[in-house]
Amino acid sequence: MKWFTAWRRRPWAGYAVVLVALATIGVVYAGFSPRTAQATDSSASADDLAHGKQLFNQNCASCHGPNAEGTRDAKGNAIAPSLIGVGAAAVNFQVSTGRMPAMNPGAEMPRKTPVPVFNPDTIQVQYPPNATEEQKKALRQAAVDKNLNDIQAYVESLGNGPSVPSADQVAPANDKVGLGGTLFRTNCAQCHNFAGQGGALTYGKYAPPLLQSTPTQIYEAMITGPEAMPVFNDTTITPEQKRAIIAYIVQTRSEANPGGNGLGRIGPVAEGLAGWLVGIGLLVLAAMWITAKKPKKLKKQHD
Amino acid sequence: MTETNAGSPEPQDTPKRVIGTPAPAETHTLLAKGDDEPAAPAAAADELDEKSAKRAERVVALFFVLTFLASIAFIAAYVYVGRDGGMHGADRTQQANVLLGGAMTLSFMAMGIGVTIWVRRLMTAKQIVQERHGLASPEEDRRIFAEGALEGGADTGLAKRPLLRRTLLLAAAPLGLAPLVLLRDLGPLPEKKLRHTFWRDAVAAAKAQGKPGVRLLVDGSYRPLTISDFDSPGGMITVVPEGIEQTADPLNEVAKAATIVINVPPELFKPLKGRENWHVNGVVAYSKICTHVGCPAALYEQTTHHILCPCHQSTFDATNGAKVIFGPAARALPQLPIAVDAEGYLIATADYDVPVGPSFWERGATQQ
Amino acid sequence: MSTAELPKAVDGPLTFIDDRLGSTTFMKRNLKKVFPDHWSFMLGEIALYSFIILLLTGTFLTLWFKPSMTDVIYHGSYVKLDGVKMSEAYQSTLNITFDVRGGLLMRQIHHWAAILFMAAIMAHMLRVFFTGAYRKPRELNWLIGLGLFTLGLLEGLFGYSLPDDALSGAGLRITAGVIQSIPLVGSYIMFFLFGGEYPGQDIIPRFFTLHILLIPGIILALVTAHMMIMWHQKHTAMPSKDQAETHVVGYPFYPVFMAKTGAYFLFTFGVISLLATFAQINPIWMFGPYDPAAISAGSQPDFYMGFLEGSLRMMPNWETNLWGYTIPWNVLIPALVPLGLVMTGAGLFPFVERWVTGDQRYHHVNDRPRNAPTRTAIGMTGVVFYGVLWLAGGNDIIAYKFDVSLYATTWFFRVAIFAGPILAFIITKRICLGLQRSDAATMAHGYESGTIKMMPNGEFIEVHKEPEEEQKAVILSKEEPKPSLPARDENGIPAPATKGLLGHVRARLNRAWHIDNITVEEGHGHEAEGADRELSKGH
Repeated sequence: MKWFTAWRRRPWAGYAVVLVALATIGVVYAGFSPRTAQATDSSASADDLAHGKQLFNQNCASCHGPNAEGTRDAKGNAIAPSLIGVGAAAVNFQVSTGRMPAMNPGAEMPRKTPVPVFNPDTIQVQYPPNATEEQKKALRQAAVDKNLNDIQAYVESLGNGPSVPSADQVAPANDKVGLGGTLFRTNCAQCHNFAGQGGALTYGKYAPPLLQSTPTQIYEAMITGPEAMPVFNDTTITPEQKRAIIAYIVQTRSEANPGGNGLGRIGPVAEGLAGWLVGIGLLVLAAMWITAKKPKKLKKQHD
Repeated sequence: MTETNAGSPEPQDTPKRVIGTPAPAETHTLLAKGDDEPAAPAAAADELDEKSAKRAERVVALFFVLTFLASIAFIAAYVYVGRDGGMHGADRTQQANVLLGGAMTLSFMAMGIGVTIWVRRLMTAKQIVQERHGLASPEEDRRIFAEGALEGGADTGLAKRPLLRRTLLLAAAPLGLAPLVLLRDLGPLPEKKLRHTFWRDAVAAAKAQGKPGVRLLVDGSYRPLTISDFDSPGGMITVVPEGIEQTADPLNEVAKAATIVINVPPELFKPLKGRENWHVNGVVAYSKICTHVGCPAALYEQTTHHILCPCHQSTFDATNGAKVIFGPAARALPQLPIAVDAEGYLIATADYDVPVGPSFWERGATQQ
Repeated sequence: MSTAELPKAVDGPLTFIDDRLGSTTFMKRNLKKVFPDHWSFMLGEIALYSFIILLLTGTFLTLWFKPSMTDVIYHGSYVKLDGVKMSEAYQSTLNITFDVRGGLLMRQIHHWAAILFMAAIMAHMLRVFFTGAYRKPRELNWLIGLGLFTLGLLEGLFGYSLPDDALSGAGLRITAGVIQSIPLVGSYIMFFLFGGEYPGQDIIPRFFTLHILLIPGIILALVTAHMMIMWHQKHTAMPSKDQAETHVVGYPFYPVFMAKTGAYFLFTFGVISLLATFAQINPIWMFGPYDPAAISAGSQPDFYMGFLEGSLRMMPNWETNLWGYTIPWNVLIPALVPLGLVMTGAGLFPFVERWVTGDQRYHHVNDRPRNAPTRTAIGMTGVVFYGVLWLAGGNDIIAYKFDVSLYATTWFFRVAIFAGPILAFIITKRICLGLQRSDAATMAHGYESGTIKMMPNGEFIEVHKEPEEEQKAVILSKEEPKPSLPARDENGIPAPATKGLLGHVRARLNRAWHIDNITVEEGHGHEAEGADRELSKGH
């Protein structure tokens, strides 16, 4: 052990140990972490994409197959599901939340910024000369809406499925928010948490937070059951009840926390952490101050 | 705050004694001398540098004034948040919490800081030394006590008279145990209550009316569910038996009868032996009460067909009789036999065939 | 000595009381009671003052709280729950929150104070353990402390259940499930506790009585006993040149300690109200009323119950069924074993240590943790054991927030619960011995002063300086172990204490306790590990 003893006395030994430990933690962590980082990309420029089929071929066909029949790997496991019969609502949900096209498929498709062709902020449109910002924005929105409509129509044409709800269908039913809360706690909170903050599922999947979902997306998620989520169709939970649930979600996430910082609204784990770090931490500092040696300079100097 | 030497009474004629003078002679001397006396006389206090002391005094005073103002602010805030007759819900509550809590925090913190500066900068007392003394009573005392105890024991005659001793013990035993009987009425006996759920009563009532079974109501809205309502693959919903709202204690009944209905793709669904007609083309019903410690196990993943319990992560396979595939639960979720009645409604045709929920001693041999 | 005259206003009442109780003698003795200063001695005070705050705010809350499980339909000022069916207990908690001015603040102070009460008890117990302050004569106070910790767990569980919200209901459901699993009598106890089937109508009124009367009463009595014993035995002191087993040095109770502890009470109240103002705790209005069919992702108990939750989560699914009778090991083992191990271990430890070391002396000066490596290592073993269970209780939050697979966390904790404590023991002991070695080196060669000196031959050395008196006293507070159990006397006869199986075990444990001891002495050039060869020239 002599060599080891000598080695660990070197000045850089401490840093080396810390580095090795950090690297080990990183590797172990990466091994356990099934979610993969998403690439920010940009697929093709979108100038002349007008047709749904064309959009599909450019954005979807590589995984879902040229005829949307789905693809399988060499062992016969599905890489991407068939889109025949999924309907317009599923396409709208997946594309408008940025989940599709998936850049880097993992256990869970994360919500991300949609690709430019479906993103009103980044889509490239030819503006007429002297267009105001306002007009430009409207033009971009119109272009995105058209792209979405076209691709939805194309997928819908392959087989019927739930259609995209209208604005009226998803308007929060604020007068029924109490019922919405009850239904949310019975059917949604077990995965998405009591305040819609999300939660863990098996094998690295998770129920996403509902903080950014638009009412339309919430409605579409319920009727189409994206990824691991079960389907809550309009005959088991009526459209009226869905509007009540939407009202509950929208009100809850915009509601202030009357008791101060919400600590992530994830319950007692964060509270215990705050109690130890802030509570005990501050009080230990106070104890150190109270019991510290008296400052010498205040005493009259005569010895 | 007992002192071991508290046994020596003060002489009656010394009403006031000056702090620092020795106590009168103790009756026993084993205690270390000067035990309670400060070794350093009180006069040897720190002398302060008057200039910095003045400054410290002003700082302390500032903090005390701050406390005073914060306390006034607390009262003002209390009146303010009650304006126009009450708090009216969450927004005002948030305001009240910040104003009242802020004032309260400020007033305690400022006073704490003030007192700490006062102690550290203005108090002149010095550290002093005190002897520690042995805690044990002197041998002499122990001996006298032992003698007294033995003497008293002999005086009672308990050692000499066994009949007295034994009947005394006999008399005491039930006196100690009898009050336990009083606890009996805390609750009824379990009997067979854990063995069945409201599904049994509801099915029986329906069959008495000539129906094949009891309808499944969607929990929360209490709408009966038809098979055509529940036709979406990957669907899941919580149901309760019809009539549960009218029971004497609905929560007790829901706590056992809560059930999840799942629409499993028929090609993946593998009914267990003897349960071939307990499902309707892949639509299957399992108890929502986890067999581990009873949380609602309700996280259904339609891609993997796993049912996950959020409390302790027991995982069940919905395609295969809800058998356990991970976690601390030892048994599958009980399955409810369901069918479709003539009008197309989903019905339960019998109660669960095993007790739902957590294990208990007399649960029975049924492993399922 | 001059004659001191108290002001009339003080003297009058004092004389009145003294004439009847003879109380001035007591006060004379205790007026200048010495309290040694150390920041870690104040951890217990956090618990004491949190308890006072709990009594005050708890009383306030009872003025509005209705411990009733009767169903009502809510039509109060929190509109999001309008028209929802709930229990009266939950409704009255909503009313305290949204309709009573300062009600939410008091609720939050009450809950934060409970968190700090338990956290402070834990921190205080760790301080007492690692400094050996539980040794003779303070074993009784250590046991009382353990009792207070256990009662605190129960008190917290009951209080957490009272608002009857969805989260506390999940906790109650788990409690009921655990009770039901007890062999032979489980379902009977469950029915007696809940007044029938779960959840029934009785559990909240019953818990209310236990929570506000019985348990706080016992806690108050035990706290009083704890304080009186501490007062009577005088506080321990940290090793320093002024402290000794025969005397204690510190500030007098009146006025200095009184003012310091008063300030600390204010700080405790201040920090708790700071948390209650700016950090929301237990937002029951978002959890919703209890419904046995509803549950939220990430349902958790308060932190002090987390270790039980964790042990339930990591347990494999063992269950035995014998002749029709079920023994659910998957619930019994996690519910009883970890708590039993920690509490029994902690309760027996002072007595086991005394038996193993044969040390029957009083100890008023604390040990530095490094100077009792075996004790410190055992303590860290317990801390890591508890810590792994505690973390496992939040494995879903860990999986979600740190992108780790849920089952991977479970498997990690299943391994860590065995490997962690063993590693902790070995590592802690090595660290302690390393620190002892460094102490020995400081005594032998002085400490590294940071001054670099060039020797005439061009060699650079770091000047080592003789440690200060204070530092020396602290380092030399280490007691060298005495061979308290000589295996054989000079005639080769085995000592009576080492005879028999028990004696044998004791002799072995005694050796294990002191193994690897590093001698720390003054002056002698005791070579620690052969290092510092050239450095010693500076000495």
